[in-house]
Amino acid sequence: MNKLRFFWHKMGPVVTVLLVIIAIWYVATVWLNSAWAYDKAKRADTTISFSQMVSDTMIQDKPLLPAPHQIIKEIYKTTVLKKVTSKRSLIWHGWITLSATLLGFAFGTTFGILLAIGIVYSRAMDMSVMPWVITSQTIPILAVAPMIIVVLNAVGISGLLPKAIISMYLSFFPVVVGMVKGLRSPDQMQIDQMRTWSASKNSSFWKLRLPSSMPYLFASLKIGIAASLVGAIVGELPTGAVAGLGARLLAGSYYGQTIQIWSALICAAILAASLVAIIGTIEKYTLRRMGIQL
Amino acid sequence: MNNPVISANKLSLTYQTNDGPVHALQDINLDIKKGEFVSFIGPSGCGKTTLLRVIAELETPTNGTIQVNGMSASEARMQRAYGYVFQAAGLYPWRTIGGNIKLPLEIMGYSKEQREERVAHVLELVELSGFDKKFPWQLSGGMQQRASIARALAFDADILLMDEPFGALDEIVRDHLNEQLLKLWARTQKTIGFVTHSIPEAVFLSTKIVVMSPRPGRIANIIESTLPRDRSLDIRESQEFLDIAAEVRDGLRTGHADE
Amino acid sequence: MTWIVFALFFWITMWILNVRLANSGRNRIINLIVPALFGISLLVLWEGFVRGLNISPILLPTPSAIAIRFSTSIPILWVDFVQTFVKGALSGYVIGCSAAFLTAIAVDKSSFLKRGLLPVGNFVAALPIIGMAPILVMWFGFDWHSKSAVVVVMVFFPMLINTVAGLSAKDTIQNDLMQTYGASYWQSLFKLSLPAAMPFIFNGLKICTTLALIGAIVSEFFGSPTRGMGFRISTEVGRLSLDMVWAEITVAALAGSTFYGMMALIEKGITFWHPSQRS
Repeated sequence: MNKLRFFWHKMGPVVTVLLVIIAIWYVATVWLNSAWAYDKAKRADTTISFSQMVSDTMIQDKPLLPAPHQIIKEIYKTTVLKKVTSKRSLIWHGWITLSATLLGFAFGTTFGILLAIGIVYSRAMDMSVMPWVITSQTIPILAVAPMIIVVLNAVGISGLLPKAIISMYLSFFPVVVGMVKGLRSPDQMQIDQMRTWSASKNSSFWKLRLPSSMPYLFASLKIGIAASLVGAIVGELPTGAVAGLGARLLAGSYYGQTIQIWSALICAAILAASLVAIIGTIEKYTLRRMGIQL
Repeated sequence: MNNPVISANKLSLTYQTNDGPVHALQDINLDIKKGEFVSFIGPSGCGKTTLLRVIAELETPTNGTIQVNGMSASEARMQRAYGYVFQAAGLYPWRTIGGNIKLPLEIMGYSKEQREERVAHVLELVELSGFDKKFPWQLSGGMQQRASIARALAFDADILLMDEPFGALDEIVRDHLNEQLLKLWARTQKTIGFVTHSIPEAVFLSTKIVVMSPRPGRIANIIESTLPRDRSLDIRESQEFLDIAAEVRDGLRTGHADE
Repeated sequence: MTWIVFALFFWITMWILNVRLANSGRNRIINLIVPALFGISLLVLWEGFVRGLNISPILLPTPSAIAIRFSTSIPILWVDFVQTFVKGALSGYVIGCSAAFLTAIAVDKSSFLKRGLLPVGNFVAALPIIGMAPILVMWFGFDWHSKSAVVVVMVFFPMLINTVAGLSAKDTIQNDLMQTYGASYWQSLFKLSLPAAMPFIFNGLKICTTLALIGAIVSEFFGSPTRGMGFRISTEVGRLSLDMVWAEITVAALAGSTFYGMMALIEKGITFWHPSQRS
């Protein structure tokens, strides 16, 4: 009985908030789409009652705000009902974006960790590079995306790699900042203790600094993967929108296909949430095995 | 005039935890008269801090009654009947010492002139005059705690509740503050409830010592001190002092033995 | 060829100098010189390699070419700056952060809202919100209003999460003291919760400066009148005038770091009491 009350206490408010959001969404749908519905009737020289207008707002082709069920139907149509290899399948587009994201994330994380180690162990690197890393976080890097794509295309690198480079760039910085913080997190007492055991720098790294940095690493990995996804999506915009979720977003906005835009957006959202959740699960498992309680 | 200032009647407080109910306080019956200095002493878990917090309405009893100044603890709190001093100074770091002391005065609606006057007065009482423009982190632990006491004295409350206020300080500072507290008590004539871990401190400061024991939290013994009100630190070597301390120690031992 | 040699020589010299300086100790002057030297040597390396390897200006212009283009395009750069930063990013930032702040106070008051809204807020903050740009352009039109709307959505959730965390950051003793003074909810809010929340609030405000600028620029990629930093970048990229693109990026970088720096300065003034500001 206690478990049920606990569950309700935790989930109840979230469910309520979600239901309220959906309710507001439906009201907004009617409100925003009503103008078009009345216009259509006027042009056909008829008048429609309120309830007719409401039902019309839910089934428009290019609504100002699609109703939730319309979006769900579109997602279903373009994922489950389409062949995965078809150019209209959201799964196919999703995979294109995801592959760039993962590749960029892998490189960004690796380079980020390596640079962090360099910063922590070399005074010169720390003083020269770290201020620039921190400053670069205040610079809108994403604005550079179109240029990178076009320049790389001009030298013959196109498709997956330019997007992956943008993703790499975006996940690199949070990982560096987080890893540096983490590698420096052991307190002086623990470092001194390693000294009293005549531990080599290598030992001290693998046995003390690296394990202590795990919580910080995972926190930045979550930020990094979300940033990588955004990078991949924005990277798909400049090439005239051919493939990927970003391309679907752009194509939808060019042709006024609002339902298409929303379904691509929801798909991207689900992708982002799943990626962060996967890292969260790996984090929980790893930290538990290391004995760190979150 | 002879009505007790604080009166607990069959007071109980039980927490429900995952491992079953915890009886933090059970059947506490206690009367504290005006102007007394009452110490609460006992091992961890005996409920001394909980009792103090119930008086201050920071905790709610599950059974029995508590009366402060003849009204419920809740009404007494809204009437600002007491000042509370915690184990840590709890000064707000974004305010100066003067600002911190003015905090309760601002909340309770004292005028600007009254605030200035009172700050100067209480700082002089705790020997911190001239520190009003300093920030808490610029003061030592002992000085911060003195500032915290000053803050509790700034407004007109007849009761002062102190929860192990000197616990985190070293012995030399502690002795000095104990002396100062007695002088303060003599000057302000407040009723003081004082929680402590230290037997010599309890015996040195109080007119009445309440010995408590844990599981369930209850009063094991109430000892009326025969020491004169006016005392100095040397009294700690007198035979009378040692006898009372021994009595307290016995009370603590039997409390423990009950487990 | 000589360019490459010179650039490499300069780089190595600077690096050795930096190592010497770094090992000589840390004071405020050295802390500024070392990264500055590093940055300058990077620029020299860039200039040297582009000239030495004869890299085409449509791939990568030299820093000197960018500087020239920058100084001759100031009117255009200024118009773009006002459109994107002042009208789009700044307005969205102010609206979004204020809305988040007020919502956070409401959330703090109601534990139900806290348990319901926070998980949803944390979830939304991780999503690619920039994807909402085309939708908002559709609703608010091509001009800066839609960009402002994108910024509002982008900064709202991180600011909300940070402010809510800050409002519960006061410690127990400080809170109990308020109880013993019989303080009302509002008195406690203004005298305790809000001052104690300032470090968190400023953390959020600083993060949101970057998000605001990114949101304003990237949403212009989805449609914009014929001005704005994002607009200029995408069109000049199309015309392969990369020196103009880099000039715009320089403006964006300057705007971003100055905005962040201003917030950090205000933070230092208000949260002077926090350990992180004192050490």
